[in-house]
Amino acid sequence: MAAYQSSMSQPADNPWLHRFALLTALATLGLIGIGGLVTSHGAGMAVPDWPNSYGYNMFTFPVSMWIGGILYEHSHRLAGSVVGFLTLVLALWLNGRPAAKWLRWGGLVVLALGLMAATSPRVKLDNVLFLCGTGVAGFGISFFWPHHAPLSPRLARFGLLALVLVVVQGLLGGLRVTAMKDQIGIFHGTLAQCFFVLICALALCTSRWWARAWATPASGIVPLSVRQFLLVTTLLILGQLALGAAMRHQHAGLAVPDFPMAHGRIWPATDAAALERYNAVRLDTRDFKAITAGQIHLHMAHRCGAVLVLCAVLACFLRLKAALTAGHPLLRLASGWLALICAQAGLGIWTVLSNKAADIATLHVIVGAAVLVTGALLTLLAGTVFGERPVAPSAAMGPAARAT
Amino acid sequence: MKSLILTLTTVAFVAGSAAAGDVTGKISLKGTPAPEKEIPMDPACGKLHDGKKVTTRFYVTDGAGGLGDCVVYLEGAKGGAATKEVVIDQKGCEYLPYISSAQVNQPIRVLNSDPVLHNVHPTPTVDGNKEQNKAQLPKGAPLDFTFAKAEKFLRFKCDVHPWMFSYVSIFDHGFHAVSAKDGSYKITGVPDGKYKLVVEHRKGGKVEKEIEVKGGAKADFTIEAK
Repeated sequence: MAAYQSSMSQPADNPWLHRFALLTALATLGLIGIGGLVTSHGAGMAVPDWPNSYGYNMFTFPVSMWIGGILYEHSHRLAGSVVGFLTLVLALWLNGRPAAKWLRWGGLVVLALGLMAATSPRVKLDNVLFLCGTGVAGFGISFFWPHHAPLSPRLARFGLLALVLVVVQGLLGGLRVTAMKDQIGIFHGTLAQCFFVLICALALCTSRWWARAWATPASGIVPLSVRQFLLVTTLLILGQLALGAAMRHQHAGLAVPDFPMAHGRIWPATDAAALERYNAVRLDTRDFKAITAGQIHLHMAHRCGAVLVLCAVLACFLRLKAALTAGHPLLRLASGWLALICAQAGLGIWTVLSNKAADIATLHVIVGAAVLVTGALLTLLAGTVFGERPVAPSAAMGPAARAT
Repeated sequence: MKSLILTLTTVAFVAGSAAAGDVTGKISLKGTPAPEKEIPMDPACGKLHDGKKVTTRFYVTDGAGGLGDCVVYLEGAKGGAATKEVVIDQKGCEYLPYISSAQVNQPIRVLNSDPVLHNVHPTPTVDGNKEQNKAQLPKGAPLDFTFAKAEKFLRFKCDVHPWMFSYVSIFDHGFHAVSAKDGSYKITGVPDGKYKLVVEHRKGGKVEKEIEVKGGAKADFTIEAK
């Protein structure tokens, strides 16, 4: 019991860790937004090389060259580096003393890579200096930080998972450019949403509110069927976001340019003559790829998905309202969720009607991420602090403790 | 004996030459297309046009009924020699020309005459033609591209400047041309015979005609604005 209490009290004793996790979450949302700008402006390939930018190390790429689509793509790369760095620090912080060893060895590996790169005439000096500098910094810092005990094994593992995800996400982003595959972009866009959920969950679990909620008896239990419904709805939203990512990367955002009709019909024709007609009158300065039947089907699937998700979120809200008393924290959060999903549907319609204006399309991406996170956190809360706890009522069994 | 061989060779050459000719004609536009859209250029590119309005080039006409940028070709033809290379320049943050044609494996040379950097990004859709994406610094060295398979309107784009496009139709023979602004076109050195002559416009669609070449042929077309 004492171990549980210690485990649960630590996050509350580390308000800076919580603030740092919040900062990482905010930075991730910003990164998703900049990623949205990249695809909204069709600038994903504006910097043809990776990890360099036009042959420069990305941190020494001259600002004077940040023009047109390069501005969005390069900013996305830099923001990705910031989020990667924040996630590394967060993972080290959550893992404590054992992670100092990884930092030390990681620093040495990076330093060795830098020294190896120095022997190659193909690698520029700025890259060598960057690798060597990073390696030395990591190695040196490991002797001073982190030296605290891990906060909880579960949080430590999730911190490590976040680190792995951010590395994979960075590699996917790079491969999207070098392999020139739209499909990789779809995974990149979807994994970004999953990563955001994880970081937000870490921010929640390191908060004082979370610790307090575990230390007191739950003020309203969410029935199992509602919890399951919340989970299914959140997964539906993730599926809808994946469809959205597929639309963005398959350039299908304007495959159906009207609303509420679709090419003037309830369900658009996709025969060859109809496609020829659609493409003949498609006159846009961005001269999009020709509309295909696949793009239309994808677009219509996203519209149908939107209706489904909207109904599912509404149903979640109504079921929570029926199960919980007025003013319950989950009900308040669910109200916000419902407002967000309505705003998201409106933004989706506006995206089409505005001929996919970049700022509107980007806002659609950002609010989409917020909708997913809200659903995921609701599901997490309903399944943990507002769920049926195995040992009542001492509240010693926090999620972190359960993992020990 | 030597002079006989020379005479026969000359006769054969002359006869061979006489069995080929030029296919010429004019393409007219019927109807009024939607007005071209103004391109919202960034300041760096905008100043290369001295403040003049730059528009899309979906329908390029001479104002007298002629329609440019139509790809004209003999469907299913074989042979025909390629010219040395097809040149596309980036000038004023636009690709010039907007529409061109080439033969498979014929070099397509892309220049950058602009004082700004571009990336040259051909996006083929036919298997066997490779997507590439190359940086080109201001007034940088020319970039050469080749494509192994025939493909209509293979798109070249610049992702730095999202309004920059050029389309190259790739053929597995040498009998193709692109109409000039006045709608005129000329396919040279076409051997005598019967052919299907096809005209394709990116937005106006496709029209075709059976023709017979006897030392040359003439065929006019009309494309309707959509």
